[in-house]
Amino acid sequence: MSPVDSSPSPASGAVLPGLDCAFVRLAGPLPMHRARVNRAQWRAAPSAVRSMGGRLIALWGIDRRNGQGHFAVACCYGVGAGLVWLDLPLEEATPADQGAPIPTSYPDLSATFPAAARMQRALADLTGLQASGAADTRNWLRHAAWPADYFPLRREPSGRERFAGADEAYPFVTVEGDGVHEIAVGPVHAGIIEPGHFRFSVVGEKVLRLEERLGYTHKGIEKRFAGLSLERGAPLAARVSGDSTVAYGWAYCAAAESLSRASVPARAQWLRALALERERVANHLADLGALGNDAAFAFGLAQFSRMREDWLRRNAQLCGHRLLMDWIVPGGVRTDLAPQALAQIGAECDALEEQVRAIQAIYDGHAGLQDRFAGTGCISAALARQLNCTGLAARASGVGSDLRADLAWAPYDTLHVNAMRAAGGDVAARVAVRFAEVYESLRLLRLMARDLPPGPCSEPLGAAGANGAGAGWVEGWRGEVLVTLETDERGLLLRAHCHDPSWQNWPALEHAVIGNIVPDFPLINKSFNLSYSGQDL
Amino acid sequence: MPWRVLRQIATVGIITEPAPAPLRVEPGDRATAPADPQVREIHREILAVLGRAIAIRQVDAGSCNGCELELHALTNPYYNIEGLGIKFVASPRHADLLLVTGPVSAHMEAALQRTYEAVPEPKRVVAIGECGCNGGVFGESYASRGRVANVVPVAVEVPGCPPAPLEILRGILQALR
Repeated sequence: MSPVDSSPSPASGAVLPGLDCAFVRLAGPLPMHRARVNRAQWRAAPSAVRSMGGRLIALWGIDRRNGQGHFAVACCYGVGAGLVWLDLPLEEATPADQGAPIPTSYPDLSATFPAAARMQRALADLTGLQASGAADTRNWLRHAAWPADYFPLRREPSGRERFAGADEAYPFVTVEGDGVHEIAVGPVHAGIIEPGHFRFSVVGEKVLRLEERLGYTHKGIEKRFAGLSLERGAPLAARVSGDSTVAYGWAYCAAAESLSRASVPARAQWLRALALERERVANHLADLGALGNDAAFAFGLAQFSRMREDWLRRNAQLCGHRLLMDWIVPGGVRTDLAPQALAQIGAECDALEEQVRAIQAIYDGHAGLQDRFAGTGCISAALARQLNCTGLAARASGVGSDLRADLAWAPYDTLHVNAMRAAGGDVAARVAVRFAEVYESLRLLRLMARDLPPGPCSEPLGAAGANGAGAGWVEGWRGEVLVTLETDERGLLLRAHCHDPSWQNWPALEHAVIGNIVPDFPLINKSFNLSYSGQDL
Repeated sequence: MPWRVLRQIATVGIITEPAPAPLRVEPGDRATAPADPQVREIHREILAVLGRAIAIRQVDAGSCNGCELELHALTNPYYNIEGLGIKFVASPRHADLLLVTGPVSAHMEAALQRTYEAVPEPKRVVAIGECGCNGGVFGESYASRGRVANVVPVAVEVPGCPPAPLEILRGILQALR
């Protein structure tokens, strides 16, 4: 464990009862704890977390053979007390661990947390570390563009190696029976969409099974972080998923500040939240329009895309970028807002809310639209819990957290966010949550513009600690975004892991389409609107 | 219900803005100076080159999806590109032009090449965004082939991260010259 993590956590038992390990509290506005564990503790953690109603957030591997010695795997759980970051160095077997396998394998998590399955497969592709006992060991992020024995996140490869691509024969699960046939879609889709492959097994129009094949936009982001300074990593993190650039920018900068134990001016935290809510509104407006369009109501798309364009143009005036990219920087934000611009935000939010409410009245009263939305693409609350669904998709099934409400950090602690939930778990519920979240974000924006504290909007980050660790955790519009950072002995990035909420929600989409008709898939898919790039890295 | 929709349409009115001039590209240069904005001139040029409306097939070859957001914005009522005679189509076989975003990921290399081959001649490729122009923050690696021109022939490159909708539109118009 790194020497920077030295602030003791007095009641480590309160973090994760039943797990006897020494937690240290990480610096940062949200409660985040980290502990080094052995294999027995790693194995015991999933059921302890499950019994507390917790969830698996992220899983990744690290090559620390640069001095400290070992491969390691790490995972983060979300529990009532906050974030729990477990780090398992893959040392030789301990006495308590008789017969433990070779030190490139670690105990499987997917038996308790199905969400771990794809993360474990990705971890194996990138680092060559295997989850022992995992049911599914097919490759996930690696297709056939590099050899199976090339592990980009190990120390030895520079990352600049180039291999001849080949066609991949991926073993999809096949469905057999009378009248069953397959529909293969992608990776190039019919619209302006990110690439991915969907394999439907159908009878007539009814979907029996959907299997996703992702990884097409894998562009080696995590390897690219290696060796960068904390400052230089920020623009890369801001491009993990362009539609969540504020969430990633904030999460990355919070992680860098956590690692450096840097303080951020209050005004900067408020401005970051202002940007995050503007991003939420922009994305919800786009989705509400697109959902109307996918149900053959083009009027909705025209109206919402007009509102979104107004909103993005205002972003450019306020912060110099339509999507607010790179506005959040380590230590604060790049530019302050002009007082006269701030003074207008309240009235702009009022005007937008009035427009959105007018279209919502039309959506709500449109029988054809509601017929397509209601009962389509259902995820039950139990399934959402089982799959660790996150963000608005989980809240539309009546479960899931909203970090802004549950672990409110500044400025959300004084704004008192209302987490928006719906019960149906269908497309209609995901539409309803989006409408509700637009209004809630507009309320927050009015308050932020009114009560923005004075002072500077950034402070120098200071020197990054050597062998440090830090985490940043933000409730983006799609769900929780987590960035974890580790530095090497020079204070440069040894490992940066960016976790997208889409990891948890993509498997839920496979369940949501079961029993629906093929023509409803675009609508169901859009109602989740998951990131390919954020998952593929 | 219908009267509410009609009232909304009437209240908003027509908000479409004038189209921009094409990007002016000198050999070896990616200048973005606008010239005279004339919709009729654009129509004339599109018809002169293609004899009909222009059909575009977009391919995300590995982008962060930021460029896709601005491509979507290009279809909003402010830009009204269908009014200019430009439309996005679902198949490369229907397309005159490929708009390609992203650094080309190694996993999308073959798909991009096959999409390019499926576009009938004469065809043009416009690379969108910093990544499409030069690999952007992702560069070239085991997983990324970098700029689009490393994989298929490119006629016009539109820089920006992401380029604003008008910049993309200028690039499309430039490709018709």
